[in-house]
Amino acid sequence: MINDFIYLKPGTLKEALAICAKYDDCKVICGGQSLLIVMRQGMIAPEYLLDIKHIKELDYIKFDKKEGLRIGATTTHRAIEKSNVIKKNYPVLASMENKLASIQVRNWGTIGGNLAHADPAGDPAPVLIALKADIKVGSTKGDRTMPLEDFFVDYFETALNKDELVLEVKVPVPEPKTGAAYQKFNLLESDMGVVAVAASVTLNGNGKCKDARIVLGNAGSTPRRVKRAEELLIEKAYNEGLFAEAGKIASEDCEPVADIHASEEHRRHLLGVLTKRMLKKAWEQARG
Amino acid sequence: MEKKLLRLTVNNQEYEVFINPKALLVEVIRDYIGLTGTKRGCDTVSCGACTVIIDGMSVKSCSVLAMQAEGARITTIEGLEVNGKLAPIQKAFIDHGSYQCGFCAPGMIMSAQALLNENPSPTEWEIKEGIEGNICRCTGYNSIVRAIDATAKGKYTEVKS
Repeated sequence: MINDFIYLKPGTLKEALAICAKYDDCKVICGGQSLLIVMRQGMIAPEYLLDIKHIKELDYIKFDKKEGLRIGATTTHRAIEKSNVIKKNYPVLASMENKLASIQVRNWGTIGGNLAHADPAGDPAPVLIALKADIKVGSTKGDRTMPLEDFFVDYFETALNKDELVLEVKVPVPEPKTGAAYQKFNLLESDMGVVAVAASVTLNGNGKCKDARIVLGNAGSTPRRVKRAEELLIEKAYNEGLFAEAGKIASEDCEPVADIHASEEHRRHLLGVLTKRMLKKAWEQARG
Repeated sequence: MEKKLLRLTVNNQEYEVFINPKALLVEVIRDYIGLTGTKRGCDTVSCGACTVIIDGMSVKSCSVLAMQAEGARITTIEGLEVNGKLAPIQKAFIDHGSYQCGFCAPGMIMSAQALLNENPSPTEWEIKEGIEGNICRCTGYNSIVRAIDATAKGKYTEVKS
């Protein structure tokens, strides 16, 4: 049963931030596609519920050829999935959203809520981290921006202070000759991933790797980069053996849990295979 | 707990209800307004039996606070028929035997309708994607896909009842 709470529905972002600063036991709801489930299970029982779903100031997708992409926190997954500017400039983001839960969930759930919920199996975080995204959070005292990878602290825990709200996700313009790929392993296509891997690869003029990111989903308490494997790729040429080696490192440098969906060993194996495949796919995309 | 006044529009009819703000949209639709076509299934955003259309978008009403639907235009399965006659998609479901126990049908039809509103001529794959959020445990889905396909191809534009 959901507990009784005091429902607060401010009209503007400024009012919402003031409420965040004022009340201690206050939980923020946006789409609520994750929050209402854990409230129904009695896992959290806040005294105040702050509804920001309708705050239009945070509902936007903006793209600039220099500044890159900015997505407001209350933007729905469906809006991201269908955005032409995202499909064109960040196709991996649009295709990830297309496989995120069901249409109904994407229609109501929001990107800010997804990130703030910080489920390690969440789809957007690995992809956004691979794309070098930042997250902007704010309170009545002002805004701060941090790399998205630093935002996740532990299972369902983020770097958000009590009085802060997620405001925006910023994704830089990809460098030339960059490719990115994401895949999750699951039994139902739109289900949560048993594990997931996002990879991005940027190539030099000579076709060797200039920069790479490998981000694992549901392989520990937070989305995690495999920096040891990323470093391995630098200045190397295309080589499937290299991708397999990176995959082996990924399967070592993670802390997946065992549950009803897969054992720890199975998860490590899957992470290795997906890392290999995603690197190959991202690299081939980067090569054009 | 302080009850809140909620104004919402369901099937072009305006309603005012006094509710505990924790009430879910499906509870308000079924228990306060009395439209019981919308089903309450899993209650965990999984099965889609509670699907309604809010401002043109299919949404699972078990996972939306009713307060969040303030001012929105909601369509439930009861709102599809026109002048007492079934909508094309409803007629197609009957003709194709697209349900057995019937529990998923209201949500399934609302998802199908939302799909057709958005994409009037979907491919078979797009139809399957369109109902990915709805679970049916009887039909095996094929008859549902056929019904949606037939509606999209205009076989039910002249509604017979």
